[in-house]
Amino acid sequence: MAGQDDILLRVEDLKVHFSQKKQHLFSQASHVHAVDGVNFTVPRGKTFGLVGESGSGKTTTALAVMRLVHITDGQVFLGDIDIGGLEGEDLRRQRRHMQIIFQDPYSSLNPRVRAGDIVREPLDQMEVGEVASRDERVGELFRLVGLRPEQQALFPHQFSGGQRQRVGIARALASQPDLIVCDEPVSALDVAIQAQILNLLRALQDEFGLTYLFISHDLGVVQYMCDEIAVMYLGQIVEHADRISLFTEPLHPYTWALLSAVPSADPAIRDRSDRIRLRGDPPSPIDPPPGCRFASRCPFAESRCSGETPALRTIRDGHAVACHLVGDDGVPPQRQI
Amino acid sequence: MTDQVEPSAPAAPKLEPDFVPEVEKPWLQTWRMFAKNRAALFGLVLLSVIVGMAVLGPTLYPADPYDIVWAPQSPPGTEGFILGTDYLGRDLLAGIIYGSRATLIVGAAAALITIVIGILVGALAGYYRGWVEELLMRITEFFQVLPPLLLAMVLVLLFSPTLVTISIAIGVVSWTATARLARAEFLRIRELEYVKGARSIGARNSRIIWLVILPNAAPPLIVSAAFAVGIAILFEAGLSFLELNDPNIMSWGYMIGSNRPYVLESWWAVTFPGIAIFLTVLAVSLIGDGLNDALNPRLRQR
Repeated sequence: MAGQDDILLRVEDLKVHFSQKKQHLFSQASHVHAVDGVNFTVPRGKTFGLVGESGSGKTTTALAVMRLVHITDGQVFLGDIDIGGLEGEDLRRQRRHMQIIFQDPYSSLNPRVRAGDIVREPLDQMEVGEVASRDERVGELFRLVGLRPEQQALFPHQFSGGQRQRVGIARALASQPDLIVCDEPVSALDVAIQAQILNLLRALQDEFGLTYLFISHDLGVVQYMCDEIAVMYLGQIVEHADRISLFTEPLHPYTWALLSAVPSADPAIRDRSDRIRLRGDPPSPIDPPPGCRFASRCPFAESRCSGETPALRTIRDGHAVACHLVGDDGVPPQRQI
Repeated sequence: MTDQVEPSAPAAPKLEPDFVPEVEKPWLQTWRMFAKNRAALFGLVLLSVIVGMAVLGPTLYPADPYDIVWAPQSPPGTEGFILGTDYLGRDLLAGIIYGSRATLIVGAAAALITIVIGILVGALAGYYRGWVEELLMRITEFFQVLPPLLLAMVLVLLFSPTLVTISIAIGVVSWTATARLARAEFLRIRELEYVKGARSIGARNSRIIWLVILPNAAPPLIVSAAFAVGIAILFEAGLSFLELNDPNIMSWGYMIGSNRPYVLESWWAVTFPGIAIFLTVLAVSLIGDGLNDALNPRLRQR
């Protein structure tokens, strides 16, 4: 139904800064640069993945796209509408086109509301469909996500983690949104259930032509789900590519390190000599240092890395990286030795 | 605990078709926990007796507590006056029975005012943060540093002492603790994902505050309300002791205050109203404690 150029979500130079409380009366207010100039587009019907370690700003990006945190600067377009600029009732009315699935199935459902009412609420709040048909619609949503209609009467604590996540998915589907933001939807589940939920998400995407913005720190999950992937580090995108080239030819040293950190049962992969092990923690996102933010942990860092901020530049078709050391021919530093 | 249903075949659940886990209503579960607590049940029975006395007592024992009926300072048991008479010869039992009305009405009304102001201030401060929180919390601190009994006395003296002004005065001086508690609960719950979820499905602020966060913040606030009743009763007794009571309605605190100079000659005239206050506050506190346990999800498993 959609061509390649049909862009559903466009994020331009998105910044989300949180101001910190002043330590004392005369100190300078400091800012946490949670998301610091992020650009990406998501074509309709595709899945766009954001990966990174904890604190890289991927969840904040998701919440900013959903307008659940204050956007400091930049634009977010859903279709032709600048949702970053909407306020009040206009924003509220726009919300039915974008929905979110949360990470923690335990805190994402109101413990005092029955599952059926949780799924019905978006229909009532956003006035979706005829009042008379809403009960029927809730039953249909329960069937779609693999729950039985009689489970509508249960409270969230009477479900297992995977079933709760299904309720969360049904809630997100209720208003027939174009975009669903999946904020680590399977991280809190055990592996067997993860596969079921991921398969459900893919089946729903095929059936309804959904577009996903998929946040995860699990590269295996991202590889399974996403068409395009952006790697975030300390509030910025350091590499952006389609799934195949990111996993076969990672360019940024950080992506390289992430991929080599994936546990493997295969001894040939486990004992490869070109694995990188990162030391230390990322620098503080409070007023971050100039230059490349990965420089302090990068095994290949040179002096210019901590002085000059590398721009995200396209190396080859659809594959962009923000690193001084990647040659214009697309040879990453880890291959130049 | 695994999912019973394959995503590809949602129509073929492996469970038996009639299997739906029991759904116990939350308030029923709370009652079950409460009823297990003997002290709390005792408190409930005691409070019921006191409320019964306030409602039915004047009908069953129609005596005016202000009437002088016998010799002053008659000891308990004299001529059928079970609790004796006070320094003016007024029937103490009639005083206790009528006094329970003032106590319970002021206790309930003042606690209601306390809770309403406290939740309103705490909810708005905790939900909106920013300058709203700064302003409301500075006001709260202002009220916290004033000595509450003195402030209540001033308020009652400014307006004539009636049940209404006394209730308002007590409510105005004692809402601060509830406000801080409500704010803390709102600060905690507003960060939970189901609140973000409510916003993302288009719920308005008023709905999120009153219908999403408040019900989940309710358990500690209910407990705080129960204790507020006890505190309000003590305040009412204290004000009446200082003769800041509604002169048309007998009150236990007033009975103690007015008989205080004669405590050596007639101990019973101050002791029985004192016991009445003690038992009422005890009953309310036991109920509050029981609610605290019954509403605490961590203790529910026991």
